[in-house]
Amino acid sequence: MVLTPRAHPVVGRSRRIGRVFLVRSVEDVCDCSELVLAGVPHDQMLRRPFHGAFRCYQRTRYARGAVDETVRWVGDRALLRVFDGADLLECNRAAFALYNEIRTTLSGKVVDVVPGARSLLVVLAAGAEPSMALMSALARPVPGGAWGDPVLHEIRVRYGGDDGPDLGEVARLSDLDEREVVRLHTEPTYVVGFLGFSPGFPYLLGLPGRLATPRRATPRTRVPTGSVAIGGPYTGVYPRSTPGGWQVIGRTDVELFDAGRDPPALLAPGARVRFVAS
Amino acid sequence: MTLRILEAGTFTTVQDLGRPGRGAFGVPPSGGFDALALRAANLLVGNPQDAATLECTLNGPVLASDRDLVVSLAGAACDTRAGDTPIELGTSFVLRARHALRVGRAISGVRCYLAVRGGIDAPIVLGSRATHVAAGIGGIGGRPLAAGDLLDVGADPGDQPKRRRLSATALPELAGEIVLRAIPGPQEEAFTLAGRRGFFSAVYRVSPHSDRSGVRLEGEAVELASTPDLDPEGTVEGAVQVPGDGMPIVLGPDRPTTGGYAKIATVVTADMSLVAQARPGTALRFKSVTIAEARMAWRRREAALLEGIEELG
Repeated sequence: MVLTPRAHPVVGRSRRIGRVFLVRSVEDVCDCSELVLAGVPHDQMLRRPFHGAFRCYQRTRYARGAVDETVRWVGDRALLRVFDGADLLECNRAAFALYNEIRTTLSGKVVDVVPGARSLLVVLAAGAEPSMALMSALARPVPGGAWGDPVLHEIRVRYGGDDGPDLGEVARLSDLDEREVVRLHTEPTYVVGFLGFSPGFPYLLGLPGRLATPRRATPRTRVPTGSVAIGGPYTGVYPRSTPGGWQVIGRTDVELFDAGRDPPALLAPGARVRFVAS
Repeated sequence: MTLRILEAGTFTTVQDLGRPGRGAFGVPPSGGFDALALRAANLLVGNPQDAATLECTLNGPVLASDRDLVVSLAGAACDTRAGDTPIELGTSFVLRARHALRVGRAISGVRCYLAVRGGIDAPIVLGSRATHVAAGIGGIGGRPLAAGDLLDVGADPGDQPKRRRLSATALPELAGEIVLRAIPGPQEEAFTLAGRRGFFSAVYRVSPHSDRSGVRLEGEAVELASTPDLDPEGTVEGAVQVPGDGMPIVLGPDRPTTGGYAKIATVVTADMSLVAQARPGTALRFKSVTIAEARMAWRRREAALLEGIEELG
């Protein structure tokens, strides 16, 4: 459902978030995934009989460039904070700062904290209510701070040939020659925005715009371990031989995932990476 | 004490309650898909609820113990036999060393949990014994069991328990059409109004191409308002993602930890057992509920499990 000013009087405005509504029923809030429950201690909301006014914010989109934040329930035991701005790097840095804060300062009821491209997912233990500290951390305006890991990981890559069967295709789609693709790919210092797809698989941010290439129409049934690839605006490395649809441009011998270590991934969220042609 | 696997069954893996907490490194929680049934099986033999068990899928393994061993089965009902004796689901019993236990074929549901007193003692990888086959970690070499495998059994937790039985209401009933309660979102806006309404009124069929990463559904396509590709974000168990073909997938314990498909709804925690036990071909639909209702349902489920363990004389 969407709150309407007729049924739910507007009691104020927030420049940051938009209209502030007066809500009188718990169901109004529980039913509405389009609402931001900013600053509302959810556990009180569910337990306390409902008296009087209650602040909640309607989510609005903002002008490009601004970073708008929303908190949504995902099912009955997870909260998703979305950073809804135009700049992917800015949004991801905010998500990382919040990830660092929540994983280091909160515990107990929080069983997992997972950064996404522009979001942070917080998973609670089954049946646990989010604490006030967690709700206010999630609802806070864009957290400050920088990406975490100051270590720069250098990854040596053999580009092209059998190791990078799609280098030619990437060159063709970006209207460059293969040497130019390699030069552009090895130029930036990338940041690990988040991991996923398979254990230890890093989604690296910072790919030069010209190299952004759609995934292959038909995914490969087997992409070898260590393959360096491009998928849309991201570049990444396959930690293990799996099926995959990204454009493979090279290969490295660096071991990205080792279940015997904890943390098991070489490249954690926020880590910096450079590729070096060998 | 050792268990010898004589026949592996369709897909039998070592599972406990998994390794949550490493989603940021791309490591899914894994663990028993029907966590409730796994916990029930452990409670029946007097184990801690998170002890490692065998998750049997559709057709279970045949195995033997080198000594008498207290075991139990919970979850999908199978035509189980110890030697020539039929074994009742949801009851602890002593498996004699001279008898082979044939877990058999699932009659209702998909996944049956075999707990042994002391638990399966596989190596702990990243905090858990759970097997995640796609990444090759946990369990026995990160793979499903094979004939000839030898499994260690952990130390007996002491105090030989009385025989225990699960009451009929301890676990969700597995029969007939499946109704999954689900909370809309988090990406309702990625779907048209018709798509959203259709999703909660359509009857789907469970696809045979379902596994521990997700249960795939077939039926009327859910209409997307825009391209299904979003910025990848963290995934939860029970999330219903809709790829470009409009066919929903309910994510399971071995799912990728981030994903870029729009999610129309999320199945409530209390109904994840029904997802785990959804047999291919079964009719399935979704019912929209609130978070408050979902939490109430979970509390009832928990109470039913803990009150549903009965001691026999």
